[in-house]
Amino acid sequence: MPQLAADTKHRVAFHLNGRKVEVLAENRMLLSDLLRHELGATGTHVGCEHGVCGACTVQVDGAPVRACLILAAQIDGADVRTVEALTPTAQQLSPLQAAFREKHGLQCGFCTPGILMTLDALLTTRPDASEQEIREHLSGHLCRCTGYATIVAAALAAVEEIRKEQKYNA
Amino acid sequence: MTINLQRAGLVGRSMPRVEDAALLIGRGRYIDDLPTRRDTAHMVVLRSPHAHAEIRSIDVSKALEVEGVHAVITGDDVAALTRSLTVGVKADVECWPIARDRVRYVGEPVALVVADTRYIAEDALDLIAVEYDMLPVVMDPEAALQEDAALLHPSLGSNCIAERSFRYGDPESAFAEAKHRFAIDVSYPRNSCTPIETYGVIAEYDPGEDAYDVTANFQGPFSIHAVVALALKVPGNRMRLRTPPDSGGSFGVKQGVFVYAILAAVAARVSGRPVKWIEDRLEHLMASVSATNRATRLEAAVEADGRITALRWDQIEDCGAHLRAPEPATLYRMHGNMTGAYAIANVAIRNRVVLTNKTPTGLNRGFGGPQIYYPLERLMHRIADELGIDRLEVIRRNLVPSDAFPYRTATGALLDSGDYAAALDTALANGNFDELIERRRQARAAGKLYGIGLAAAVEPSVSNMGYITTALTPEQRAKAGPKNGAQAVATISIDPLGAVTVKVASVPQGQGHRTVLAQVVAERLGIPFKAVRVNTELDTARDAWSIASGNYSSRFAAAVAGTARLAADRIRDRLAEIAAGQLNVEASQVDFLDGRIFDRLNPDNSISFNRVAATSHWAPGMLPEGTDHTIQETVFWTPEQLEAPTSKDGINSSLCHGFIFDFCGIEIDPATGAVRIDKYVTMHDCGRVLHPAMVEGQVRGAFAQAVGAALFEEYAYGQDGSFLSGTLADYLIPTVMEVPDPVILHYESPSPFTPLGAKGVGEGNCMSTPVCIANAIADATGAIDITLPLSPGRIGDLIFGEEKPSSQPQTRTPNKSSSGQRQLTGQGSATVSASRQTVWDMLLDPATLEAIIPGAHGVERVSATHFRADVTLGVGPVKGRYRAEIKLSDMVEPEAVTLSGSTQGALGFGNGVGRITLREADGKTIVGYSYEAGIGGKVASVGGRLLDGAARVVIGQFFQALARHAGGGTPHGGLLSRLKALLGGRS
Amino acid sequence: MKPPAFDFVRPEGMEEVLETLHLRSSDARIIAGGQSLVPMLNMRLARPGVLVDITGLRNLQSIHEVRGEVVIGAAVRQAELEAWPHLRRKLPLLAQAIRWIGHVQTRARGTVCGSVAHADPSAELPLALIALNGSVRLASQRSKRTVPAADFFLGMMSTAIAEGEMIEAVTFPVAENGTGYAFREIGRRHGDFAIVACAAVADKTATRLAIGGVDDHPRQFDLPQENGDELDDALNDIAWALNARDDLHASGRYRRELVRRLGRETVLEARSCRN
Repeated sequence: MPQLAADTKHRVAFHLNGRKVEVLAENRMLLSDLLRHELGATGTHVGCEHGVCGACTVQVDGAPVRACLILAAQIDGADVRTVEALTPTAQQLSPLQAAFREKHGLQCGFCTPGILMTLDALLTTRPDASEQEIREHLSGHLCRCTGYATIVAAALAAVEEIRKEQKYNA
Repeated sequence: MTINLQRAGLVGRSMPRVEDAALLIGRGRYIDDLPTRRDTAHMVVLRSPHAHAEIRSIDVSKALEVEGVHAVITGDDVAALTRSLTVGVKADVECWPIARDRVRYVGEPVALVVADTRYIAEDALDLIAVEYDMLPVVMDPEAALQEDAALLHPSLGSNCIAERSFRYGDPESAFAEAKHRFAIDVSYPRNSCTPIETYGVIAEYDPGEDAYDVTANFQGPFSIHAVVALALKVPGNRMRLRTPPDSGGSFGVKQGVFVYAILAAVAARVSGRPVKWIEDRLEHLMASVSATNRATRLEAAVEADGRITALRWDQIEDCGAHLRAPEPATLYRMHGNMTGAYAIANVAIRNRVVLTNKTPTGLNRGFGGPQIYYPLERLMHRIADELGIDRLEVIRRNLVPSDAFPYRTATGALLDSGDYAAALDTALANGNFDELIERRRQARAAGKLYGIGLAAAVEPSVSNMGYITTALTPEQRAKAGPKNGAQAVATISIDPLGAVTVKVASVPQGQGHRTVLAQVVAERLGIPFKAVRVNTELDTARDAWSIASGNYSSRFAAAVAGTARLAADRIRDRLAEIAAGQLNVEASQVDFLDGRIFDRLNPDNSISFNRVAATSHWAPGMLPEGTDHTIQETVFWTPEQLEAPTSKDGINSSLCHGFIFDFCGIEIDPATGAVRIDKYVTMHDCGRVLHPAMVEGQVRGAFAQAVGAALFEEYAYGQDGSFLSGTLADYLIPTVMEVPDPVILHYESPSPFTPLGAKGVGEGNCMSTPVCIANAIADATGAIDITLPLSPGRIGDLIFGEEKPSSQPQTRTPNKSSSGQRQLTGQGSATVSASRQTVWDMLLDPATLEAIIPGAHGVERVSATHFRADVTLGVGPVKGRYRAEIKLSDMVEPEAVTLSGSTQGALGFGNGVGRITLREADGKTIVGYSYEAGIGGKVASVGGRLLDGAARVVIGQFFQALARHAGGGTPHGGLLSRLKALLGGRS
Repeated sequence: MKPPAFDFVRPEGMEEVLETLHLRSSDARIIAGGQSLVPMLNMRLARPGVLVDITGLRNLQSIHEVRGEVVIGAAVRQAELEAWPHLRRKLPLLAQAIRWIGHVQTRARGTVCGSVAHADPSAELPLALIALNGSVRLASQRSKRTVPAADFFLGMMSTAIAEGEMIEAVTFPVAENGTGYAFREIGRRHGDFAIVACAAVADKTATRLAIGGVDDHPRQFDLPQENGDELDDALNDIAWALNARDDLHASGRYRRELVRRLGRETVLEARSCRN
């Protein structure tokens, strides 16, 4: 059985935004630190490191999770997706991102990447999510700037946009 | 000044924000994202677990042995390289950014560790051994003033660091002549707007130049730069302060990072490398900065018709353990506005600033407003009820009259513009107040608890840098020289291709300054919105700034955007002169639109903006005689209305004064006390609106924070000084589920004092909303004393009747301690199969103690009645090693003994006293015990929920072990299980 | 807020897990979802010497029904239970309670058994286990045993798990026809720890009410069969029996009041949905 000693770094290999990455990290390193400081993916933010604020939310194997509550040693072999992966092309925002700009769903932007990752996961599995479902999912995030109303509006606008796109594509 | 806005132009439109694209794709550049030098080390801060204690010793030797540690720094090391922080009042007191001989609040820095990574630094931090001698604590502002209160700063001779009394008009006569006098007492709690990004600092020291270079997510005011430079004992030009491009919110709070800028700067100097410090959330909640809590008595002299003729304020402001710059500003920020939205000619004020064993206070959104409007608007509600007059009517009768502007308040503010009565009526009409009254009627008819709250407020913005000197006497002020004004600055530069860049010292923390500045400047210069780039990073070594720079007192729209407009005007005038020569027309005939500069009378006669704009670079000789270049223009602007306090203490504390009228309907679940905000209407007159979506964003954001302050958030302390709100599971920030969307209404009265007619709008709801909600709760419940935050438990106390007693006799008295107190009590007994003397001897024997103290690793006998032990204690996975001291006293051999113990370790500390009695029965001994214990430190802050249970488990284990040990050699079989039944459950 | 250093092992079979637990005893902690453990590591409240990651063990990953019981393996995440197609029919109480556990983002990772092992007195899953008379399957190198829920929770974060033991699975009895189930909870905010949580199970002959958030561990009571004063009196005595305490979020008095009022609502709802 793999036995990883405390006092040394170990190889951690996983997929980050579709790309295979390998880093050396202590068992105890948090995924949030691993992404930000070892891999330079600073779009994921750290707000509380005890799993309450939601700023560090990323997708692991498709589900939104707190990166601050995952240890480097637990992430080997996983598929991790962060805010850096949301944009379809460098010049273009995704419908969800565009809706946030359109509806002024952000101010300081610090909580935003985590919120986008939760909503992206929700809208991927439930493209016709109701306002109630959106609120349930957003309740795992703290935002201190917006008072949330414009975030909900942005999410609903994104649902509408995705619906239109799907109709158009169909 | 005339207001001449092109409403069809860019200003006044909700443009998409230029900030957003980068933030949405994860390319923001917050402080923790910035590149650093490869040799940058990480700093962590060892913090006091005690609210008040002398530091007996600090042993850093083990921490220094950890591989990867570069330095461990104590208070004395810091003191050797710095001087005490400047204090804003005349007082014989020192104020250090780190404890020296004494700690005065839970979370106060005690030592710094600098290491290769934060992980290693925290490992080393755990190895620093500090010995403390506990001191009595002072937690309540009123108690701090009592004669026998413990002193935080003995040099002061008192816990009151500043006291002033003020008198405006003739309050004594007004009170003597008034038909009625009504008073209200309020304890306004501590809270904070807690940004989601915590503090961060990157500091370097250059020994060659004896200069510091600090990047911090500081927000201003830059008067603090002077405080930092003075503390570091360098001239200001050797203390370079920079801010990162993005900041994760501040709401005032990041003003407080300056203390850590000093500590990190010293750490960089001592360790000889750049040092980075990113505050963690536990540090932030415990020790960053807090709004003040305040005890207020407000009394009003009232005529029969509800008109108020005088107010008498008695305010005791709790600034925590140190008076840190810019305090006592929270108390004086509102000094010109002590009559709120009302015309009240006579005012008496007594202001006392006290120090207690809590985190030092600082800037927080609303800054002083909530503490004023809570008593004032609660009192308005009371006055109406006592007089039997409609509450709206009492507000109306006292409002500053519509024709009175600009209106000078009794305490000196010059209310710039407004029509409060008209705004109020508009709010009632457009917010459907009548419908809300009907909704209340129906709800009550259906047996529900439903209340309507009202609140009127004046929202000041653009602080007068001189208001804080109102804390000094006129004589002290005369000696120190006058302080006043609010210098704002904006720079516009044009590059050789004619591209326009705007730089300001406004240090935005998410408010979208760059977007609004692009609107203002693009509109004025007739160029596309996207053609303007705005840079809001600030570097004190390179940029134009003043002590008033920064992002506070809602000064951006009114002062900074206005100043950018003035700079644009100047550039535009010069460009017009340059273009006039090229177009062969008078400069007055030149106009700007769509990137062209043209003859207004013959638009076809035009030239591109870029070409004219580049002239100063490429052909300065072509500039008309007497026309200056257009390469860069910096404008400083300070409003003339912001004068120093008068000799009679009148102070125009702010330049602009918005008006707010809020009303709300609230339903309380009678079964649970849960509050539902059914409807909230907030009317704002913030002058000219520059960007409607951002104004609404500010209103919604402040409203959400105010809902938090009203219903959820409190920085709570135990009576022993323990900090109890140490995690975001204890300090409850409302989520999307708790914040309703308010109805936002506008009434525009442009400010005559600002270049764009705009006023601040960011703080108003932090001032008006808590009391509006409280008034609604009062209306719903009929209660008079309402204390924030209104948790369902507190509401329950208001609405639940007498409690039904149990039909069973109670074996245990219910815990009577007030909420948040960490005092545990209990009692129990156990039967031990040994004689009294045997049990007695065991209690005095180290070997026995080692066996029965849970987790003991060795008990050392210091004297016959004093033992010392290392113990591992915990529940579940939460385990910590502690050093325990146990003393025996009041010994009556072999009947009774008092056991007092204290433990200290990384997870916290505990102390307790237990009385043990031994009674013989049938050859056995009945051991009776009762105890009182207090627990503090980390576990108290972050694990309050698990603490009580853990303490009982541990204390139970002790007596369980005692009984087991005593009964160990005896043949009585079922003893252990019997004891477990006795002790394993409740003790 | 960074965890202290620890060894980390990824056993490939139960034998290896149990051997590690045996060798490292109290120094070892199981990690599955980590949603309770990692915050305590980050705060350095917990300092295990070794973490044993069981998420890779296939035999711990299933939800299956055996002899009238739903058996949930130790690596099953809360979100997996939430998405289990038979949940509403087989475990209607859990179907109601599961949405109250933390947030979507923590349920995606946290495991059912991890919550039971953590034994937070306010947690929903231990409450449901108590209410339904479920049980906990424990394994050590020496033996296996099954502990009824009523004997499992000993106090705040204290359980019957002995050194060297781990939870293999928890079992919930499958819902019976004619039995009504109801769950109610009051917290400060959505997703917060319960101030009081109630779970009621009512059939034709008996009603059980389990209460979490008040005492050191969830507790279960039998209630009289009628809806009037007798029920109120019984709830009142329960309220007083739970040692309700004051804390930052609510007073003991408030908790007692919620036991009476919320308890009554929960019982009535359970009785009304007996089919």
